Amino acid sequence: MGEPRTEVLSARTGTPPEDTRARMLDVRGLRQVYAAQDRHVEALHDLTFDVRAGELVTLVGPSGCGKTTLLRLLAGLLRPTSGDVRVEGSEVNGPPPGTAVVFQEYGRSLLPWMSVAANVGLPLRYKRKLGRRHRAELVARSLADVDLADVGDAYPWQLSGGMQQRVAIARALAYEPRLLLMDEPFAAVDAQTRADLEDLIRSIWRSTGVTVLFITHDIDEAVYLGERVIVLSSSPTVVQDDVTVDLPADRDQLDTRALTRFVELRRYVYAEIRTAKNGPALQGAR
Amino acid sequence: MNAGRGGPGRWGAAALGVLGVACAAVISEVVPRVLALPGGVLPPLSEIVTALSGEVATGAFWESLLATVRQWALGLAFAVVAGIGLGAVLGSVGWLRRATASTIEFLRPIPSVALVPLAVLLFGTQLWSAVLLAFYASFWQVLVQTLHGAVDVDPVVDETVRCYGLGPLARIRHVLWPTALPYVVTGVRLAAGVALILVVTAELVIGSPGLGQQIMAAQSGGATALVYGLIMVTGLLGLLVNVGVRAVERRRLAWHISVRGEVAA
Repeated sequence: MGEPRTEVLSARTGTPPEDTRARMLDVRGLRQVYAAQDRHVEALHDLTFDVRAGELVTLVGPSGCGKTTLLRLLAGLLRPTSGDVRVEGSEVNGPPPGTAVVFQEYGRSLLPWMSVAANVGLPLRYKRKLGRRHRAELVARSLADVDLADVGDAYPWQLSGGMQQRVAIARALAYEPRLLLMDEPFAAVDAQTRADLEDLIRSIWRSTGVTVLFITHDIDEAVYLGERVIVLSSSPTVVQDDVTVDLPADRDQLDTRALTRFVELRRYVYAEIRTAKNGPALQGAR
Repeated sequence: MNAGRGGPGRWGAAALGVLGVACAAVISEVVPRVLALPGGVLPPLSEIVTALSGEVATGAFWESLLATVRQWALGLAFAVVAGIGLGAVLGSVGWLRRATASTIEFLRPIPSVALVPLAVLLFGTQLWSAVLLAFYASFWQVLVQTLHGAVDVDPVVDETVRCYGLGPLARIRHVLWPTALPYVVTGVRLAAGVALILVVTAELVIGSPGLGQQIMAAQSGGATALVYGLIMVTGLLGLLVNVGVRAVERRRLAWHISVRGEVAA
């Protein structure tokens, strides 16, 4: 697809306009190879990008491009074959402190033997010495933030899928993270719930100032949520593009999605993904 | 609670149970009288109850009952501790599990009774003979169940709590243990039954003190009705054990799928 890139996009960022904010997440030359029985599978070829403190960045890529592998590397659950990940300047060797993760499989990431409140409070018991009362306050406030103030005593399996994912988000909030990693968190909920949860993430981001990296396969979602969209290529995976989303900060499911600018951005990212799918776009690599 | 299912309700079920027991009692009273087998090998229920109530009045009966319960409890306790400990370790360490699997599959089917000579050699006719046999038989039940439970830990749950900074001990407490618990309880329930069988066997065969030994004594003394009475007591004991473990299961595992009987959307 030799189609020239839409020139409406000024922010084709190998060199972004100087961002003075501290680097919250710094990924350099990340490569991940799995040794299968008779061959090597290269999940990630060479990824370099960063996320500044306070940003809300979405990361989108064609299916099978290694998004989940990337999240596991960022969360310190996996050691990279080469390259490195830094969170707040220190190299990630295990789960980095101050980082919360929300997984796609909400039904499996909550502990079924604990009440909702106990699930949300569990990480706090090990995070630092918090008094019981302070802990309870944090749990109550986080549950209220996701509109679940009255289900603390219920068990996760008594709730709907969307509510369970809100519990997982409340758990992340109560942890008071500086970096919030989300791995396709809304891929398994219905469209209506999904729209509500997207707005919830935006409002949490705006009120807390937490840095968010949101991984998704959904182009609309990536553009609607993000201040910046990182587009991954298909395997061998590199950063194909880095798009600044210059939409107003106040976003609305109806109005924002109807903006010409939204449609342009969406179209642009869509074309990028299609290019990525049809062939390794190594020209986009650094 | 079963309203509308077409089946009997809770009270209906209880009534049916009582009716069943009453019928069994009547049959075991009438059939022996009708058959009137020679030598009194099949006494009617009333004779059994009379013989038993005479025995219950003696201290020897209670001593035997206590001895049986003690041997059973000791054997089971050792089996539970060893089975859970080893099962948790083998279940969470993959290479260790693969290395020991064949050994376990070899040792497990050995009938505990085959160890009777060994037990006698080690402990004579003392209490520890029965404890050893009960231990061997019930250990495998607990071990294998715990092992399966520990393997069943959901990697997503484990990785989630790892991300939130929970260390190995916290993960054992909050993830491994609750995941394995339903399996462990099932293992303990099976083990409790098996342990009782082996204790009574040991008392019968080796003559360690207990109800089994009393049964043998009654038999050689020609007190056939008492033999039946004591057998009934061992049955009641087994029933109590099962009911007890199930009650614990229901209370502690209310969250578990097999107990809560509900599927989340």
